[in-house]
Amino acid sequence: MSDPVLQAVGLCKNFGALEVAHNIDFTLKRGARHALIGPNGAGKTTFINLITGVLMPSSGQIILNGQDITGLGQAERSRRGIARTFQINQLFRGLTVLENVVLAIAERQGIASSMFRPLSSYSEVTDEAMELLSNFDLNEDALRRIDELPYGRQRLVEIVIALGQRPSVLLLDEPAAGIPSSESQHILDAASALSSDITVLIIEHDMEIVFSIADYITVLVSGAVLTEGEPEAIAADERVRAVYLGEVDRG
Amino acid sequence: MISDAESRAYFSQRSRLKWWEGLPWALSVAAFFVLPDYMAFGTQVLITIIFALSLDLVVGFAGVVTLGHAAYFGVGAYTAGMVSAHLGWTEPISALLLAGLVAAIVGFMSGAVLLRYHGLTLLMLTLATAICLQEFANVNEDVTGGFDGLTGVSFAPLLGLFEYDLWGHTYYWYSMVVLFLVFVVVRIIVNSPFGMSLIGIRENTARMHAIGTPVYRRLVSVYGVSAGIAGLAGGLFAESNAYVTLDVLSFSRSGTILIILILGGVGRLYGAFAGAVVYLVLEDELAKMSPEFWEFGVGLLLVLTVMFARGGLLGIFDRLRKVFSRATP
Amino acid sequence: MSQLSNIIISIIFDGLAYAMILFIISVGLSVTMGLMGFVNLAHGVFAMAGGYFVTSLMSVAGVPFIPALLIAAAGVAVVSLPFERFLYAPLYKAGELDQVLLCIGLVFMASASFTYVFGPDPVPIKVPDSLRGQVDLGFRSFPAYRLFMVAVGLSMAAGIWYGFEKTLIGARVRAAVDNRMMAQSVGIDVDRLFRFTFALGSGLAALGGGLAVDILGLSPSFAIQYLVLFLIVVAVGGLGTIKGTFVAALVLGVIDNGGKYLWPEGGAFFIYAVTIVILLLKPAGLYGRHG
Repeated sequence: MSDPVLQAVGLCKNFGALEVAHNIDFTLKRGARHALIGPNGAGKTTFINLITGVLMPSSGQIILNGQDITGLGQAERSRRGIARTFQINQLFRGLTVLENVVLAIAERQGIASSMFRPLSSYSEVTDEAMELLSNFDLNEDALRRIDELPYGRQRLVEIVIALGQRPSVLLLDEPAAGIPSSESQHILDAASALSSDITVLIIEHDMEIVFSIADYITVLVSGAVLTEGEPEAIAADERVRAVYLGEVDRG
Repeated sequence: MISDAESRAYFSQRSRLKWWEGLPWALSVAAFFVLPDYMAFGTQVLITIIFALSLDLVVGFAGVVTLGHAAYFGVGAYTAGMVSAHLGWTEPISALLLAGLVAAIVGFMSGAVLLRYHGLTLLMLTLATAICLQEFANVNEDVTGGFDGLTGVSFAPLLGLFEYDLWGHTYYWYSMVVLFLVFVVVRIIVNSPFGMSLIGIRENTARMHAIGTPVYRRLVSVYGVSAGIAGLAGGLFAESNAYVTLDVLSFSRSGTILIILILGGVGRLYGAFAGAVVYLVLEDELAKMSPEFWEFGVGLLLVLTVMFARGGLLGIFDRLRKVFSRATP
Repeated sequence: MSQLSNIIISIIFDGLAYAMILFIISVGLSVTMGLMGFVNLAHGVFAMAGGYFVTSLMSVAGVPFIPALLIAAAGVAVVSLPFERFLYAPLYKAGELDQVLLCIGLVFMASASFTYVFGPDPVPIKVPDSLRGQVDLGFRSFPAYRLFMVAVGLSMAAGIWYGFEKTLIGARVRAAVDNRMMAQSVGIDVDRLFRFTFALGSGLAALGGGLAVDILGLSPSFAIQYLVLFLIVVAVGGLGTIKGTFVAALVLGVIDNGGKYLWPEGGAFFIYAVTIVILLLKPAGLYGRHG
């Protein structure tokens, strides 16, 4: 299926005179493994923030499954199936891995507002969390606090939390950021293993990951789309190379 | 490998009753027999614990810092006081429930407005709201008794059986029952998925937004419940003292209850117990001797707690426990 | 001069004098809070210390008023540095709750210490004769001391504004307030800058405290009494802005003064009501940046 699951139409964002997103048109096809690349400061995270509702656009629209979600807040967009990971881990550091994932699952299952039954009585939540953690080999860390884990494994938890939301669209913001390249294989495996029901948009600097996962690439420079296309076309594109001159390229 | 059973047990273990949880109650009951002359004081301690518990929900669990929680204590106190003084209402339990209800309503309404803000703005707004409420009570002195206080507050014997006695015995048991019921409710809330989500909001609000939590709604809910409980404490205050002054709404009261909670340990429920008992007992002893030493002592205690003992008294207990359990083979 | 316009002018003038004190004391707080985000409820302690320093210098050492003000300002500025380094700095990354409680603790300790040393009663000050009495400005006469305060306040405001807007160091402070990480990455030593600003702000607070003795009175509960007020001025004006503090001080000063004058029983209520309205509409304050 290649109908668009998520679209941005003429998306603009300014902070006063500073324009961080300029007329972005973007289409995410269902089931895609779409990568968003560009030099530092190109506005990639800003774009994710606009899609997820952290930022409200100055103009333009965001459409999810044919519905205009531009005016909706973060929580509502999340409930409609958009999940994201953050470039720098946003975990509940003082809580255990299990608790981190349970929070997301409880919210999705709609039981998180329940005030008068103990959390322990919702075994379906805990079971689902454990199953998800097992898929990512995080099972034995389930009862350990986040801040006791090495950063690489924390990064995995970041992805698991997003998956706990059972999203239809998963936005991964530099999932390998902060991890030595020797360990980023785990992230790569995790990203590759994602079910084809989930549409993935991945921001990454690590070209190895990008070219091994992505089936389509958009290049963002200074808040605007420079070009987009299939990996081979992008790799061969002179303009893309020029833009990356001076950037640390791991590929 | 952690099994499913183990992971389920993790949560049920945390909410299960522990043996030492009986201690505070046993001590409260014992106090009645051991220190019968201090029951009036004891009642005020119990009332303060209820107030501190209400604050713990908001500050300790949801992570919302407020310098104006006395507003709800005061609303409860004046509600109970005024129905007695002006309407001749003498049934204490229903007056108490009304106090809690009115405070909860005010809490929900003010929370709905205030909780759209954060940080310093929210802090100042909570402060200013409580002060405005106090000024409002001051100005309407024909209704509230103003600066001189509300007189003519009197209640009939509890359940028509227990006479209010000079030694404060009746009210001690009455307050203990209320505290017990409040505690049970608060404990249930804290161990529920809602309670867990509050902790999530406290620990990382950005993450909670991203996983779909309606953060604002959750905060307003807990704030309203907390205000209701504070109102119950205020109502008890009015009933036990048969007198209400503007002080129930004061910044000083808001500040003191925050201090009490910190000293005992935030986010731990029993911190309210420890903090209230220690603070009020020390205040009773030391402030009499020298108000300056007391003031200096509280200040010093606060500074030391913040810099070295973030978990308050209970935090220190925890650390000692860990030291001992490591030491014993 | 008609009775009504006379009253209005008095209210505005007195409010202006009061506002100048609020400004001088609070401006340091606004900038340091804007720089470090540290909720400093204990700022009033510096003002209080300044007041006691000035009165002590005058009564014990016979130092005249103006030099005493300057010495006190410098002295408190210097003393504030270890204060910042050992008590505040460890908590910059800590949560708001910890910061609030630390400051409340410090205020209590200060209040108790000053009570112990100076006693609980208000301390009198002997303002120089040249500043007593009335000054005739033609259309009416005004109390000389208040006129002096307005003059000092306005010139300080001008001087601080100039320093903030037109000097290199002022530009650095503004940059750091605006975006700390960015400022650091272009080589601005934010920590040193902060310490400088902190000392300057504390010194100014001491100066304001010394000036305030004759008008607001001085007792060991000064810091507690005015704790809320300084914070409100800063919150309403906006963190890290001189203009904001000035405007907020003006608005709140005149309203507080006027409110209490026109309605003695309930007058204090006005500034809190105004504060709520302003913060509801502009959560970052009148001129604040980060909402």
